[in-house]
Amino acid sequence: METFLAFALILGKSLLLLVALLVFIAYILLADRKIWAAVQLRRGPNVVGPYGLFQSFADLLKFVFKEPTIPDSSNKFLFLLAPLITCVLALSAWAVIPVAEGWAIANINVGVLYVLAISSLGVYGIIIGGWASNSKYPFLSALRSAAQMVSYEVSIGFVIVTVLMCAGSLNLTEIVRSQQDQGLATWLGVPWLAFLNWYWLPLFPMLIIFFISALAETNRPPFDLAEAESELVAGFMLEYGSTPYLLFMLGEYVSIILMCAMTTILFLGGWSAPIDLPPFTWVPGVVWFVIKVCLVFFMFAMTKAFVPRYRYDQLMRLGWKVFLPISLVMVLVVAFVLQLTGWAQAG
Amino acid sequence: MAEADVRTFNINFGPQHPAAHGVLRLVLELDGEIVERVDPHIGLLHRGTEKLIEYKTYLQATPYFDRLDYVAPMNQEHAFVLAVEKLLGVEVPRRGQLIRVLFSEIGRILAHLLNFTTQAMDVGALTPPLWGFEEREKLMIFYERACGARLHANYFRPGGVHQDLPLDLIDDIEAFCDPFLKVCDDLSDLVLTNRIFKQRNVDIGVVSLEECWAWGFSGTMVRGSGAAWDLRRAQPYECYEEMEFDIPVGKNGDCYDRQVIRLEEMRQSVRIIRQCVAKLREPAGQGPISATDHKIVAPKRGEMKRSMEALIHHFKLFTEGFHVPAGEVYAAVEAPKGEFGVFLVSDGTNKPYRCKIRAPGFAHLQAMDFLCRGHMLADVSAILGSIDIVFGEVDR
Repeated sequence: METFLAFALILGKSLLLLVALLVFIAYILLADRKIWAAVQLRRGPNVVGPYGLFQSFADLLKFVFKEPTIPDSSNKFLFLLAPLITCVLALSAWAVIPVAEGWAIANINVGVLYVLAISSLGVYGIIIGGWASNSKYPFLSALRSAAQMVSYEVSIGFVIVTVLMCAGSLNLTEIVRSQQDQGLATWLGVPWLAFLNWYWLPLFPMLIIFFISALAETNRPPFDLAEAESELVAGFMLEYGSTPYLLFMLGEYVSIILMCAMTTILFLGGWSAPIDLPPFTWVPGVVWFVIKVCLVFFMFAMTKAFVPRYRYDQLMRLGWKVFLPISLVMVLVVAFVLQLTGWAQAG
Repeated sequence: MAEADVRTFNINFGPQHPAAHGVLRLVLELDGEIVERVDPHIGLLHRGTEKLIEYKTYLQATPYFDRLDYVAPMNQEHAFVLAVEKLLGVEVPRRGQLIRVLFSEIGRILAHLLNFTTQAMDVGALTPPLWGFEEREKLMIFYERACGARLHANYFRPGGVHQDLPLDLIDDIEAFCDPFLKVCDDLSDLVLTNRIFKQRNVDIGVVSLEECWAWGFSGTMVRGSGAAWDLRRAQPYECYEEMEFDIPVGKNGDCYDRQVIRLEEMRQSVRIIRQCVAKLREPAGQGPISATDHKIVAPKRGEMKRSMEALIHHFKLFTEGFHVPAGEVYAAVEAPKGEFGVFLVSDGTNKPYRCKIRAPGFAHLQAMDFLCRGHMLADVSAILGSIDIVFGEVDR
């Protein structure tokens, strides 16, 4: 009976998170389009509902009610499996994300590793989708994205290592806590200026590398080579339509939000209030979390609006010859500083 | 060990490719991402313009030129009209010349805005086209106010232009200039100074000056490679002689140089537009807008109500058309894309015996193969964008 209750509780929590996440993504999608439109001097979606607020739901209905077309020459099983992999994997990574104090479905102590593992698997959706389509552009796109995602995961990994050394834990909740009670503000004797405690300040170069790598990891411009419309038409999604396409898009946005959430947790103090005084402390942690995620996403959206796209070889060069050495050196530097100053936490 | 059979990868780039600039079909031979061979297949927009013109009177042939390079319609009309005028020996009055120059420069801005911003889109920046099209819209409205059509103007006619400008159009065109220069600066900041844009365009698609001459290039392609060759300066037509403008010249002949030149040419066009506006306001800029010989230029409607002769002229012009003395002539203008020429053979009747159109885009498209060889797939769209192809004129 008890195991059943525990199971039901987890199921309930998961459902709650899933629904909240999907609704959030519906509006993040709209925000993305609106921000993009604003930069381009357009209005963006404004027909469905007031200010276009229901646009994403209209799109959902449109995709779901369309007839899915499957190319004759494709491998049908894999063709349909690929979007499912992308979407399910992206969603499952959210299990360990603490959106507020104690609000994680699974507060496991290898949370960071879990997120890394799951997001690495995400590339399979693209490779399988690109291969199963049995078409030339998707195939090229699959080749590109395989190399791209692998290269940027390396530097993301090293960036995370620096944070881990500072926090002394792989548990995401612990990483946020460690930003609350130590850091520059505490050291200066003004602990209420909590935002100075967060890792964005001491690890600022890492934040930049993490942000750019996150763009590459989630196939956002300027790294959207996998779906570059001026070269590969629509890349691996070329042959997809209707619900399978929707799943790809959804998976993509879920992982974008995941990357925003990871940035928030690793560098921006997670759910903690930026100033540790009322009225800031009256606001629930989850609200701070969402605000921070939105802030990071705004950066994602703005980047999309004004950058051209890298060429494939330039992307590789940036990943392996710039980011990898910098993050490697930073790992060493951070380790040295922590060891010499004795700031490294025991255990 | 037997040698491995290495097979290259063939893909169709177009005709329904988002970066194919219309209906170009490139058959690419790829070795991984490296382009081994580019084979442009053209003709998907062929309408037989040259042949059709042989069956039209000279006046009926003019609108076909709007439909060649449809991003700068009046510049094409200009070449045809100049050719006809040369055969007829008609002098265009000063006001007509100024209006022609004014609208040729507006056409140049129209074409360069489109190309500059969509080339940025070809390398992945999606915002510039929308900024640029905002300005194009204003220019299209100038077109509309001058001749009644936003695109297919049919405004330049043998002997002058079809009708005079509305009273306040000149003021509005002048008011357009300053804000537009600001937009040029914004576009420059957004596109040209962008690191990624530079990485994507510098040293990509380099054309040497020898290659330019050998392949019959003109316009921005030649200027990008370092020759200050501009027909407006080299063989001035209309009143370009008295206009002050600079010819921007590139150094490396790469995609980046060509785009910088296009942006600068827009600024120079604004300079010419300003001078035209000033000259149109002077007393010397007043007067008729087209030749008064009603054997060639249609009489005014008011005249037709009063004069039988005018009515007959009108009837003859729009049924039979005018007869052009026998002879051959080549007239060329500096169109936004390069030297746009018209070779006319007249046999003395009311229709051209032959009309050969020299479209700059056709010559430039030849470059695709040797420019793209050894570059990567993504560079194909950058190069294609920078050589500025419009299929209306390539396929004719």
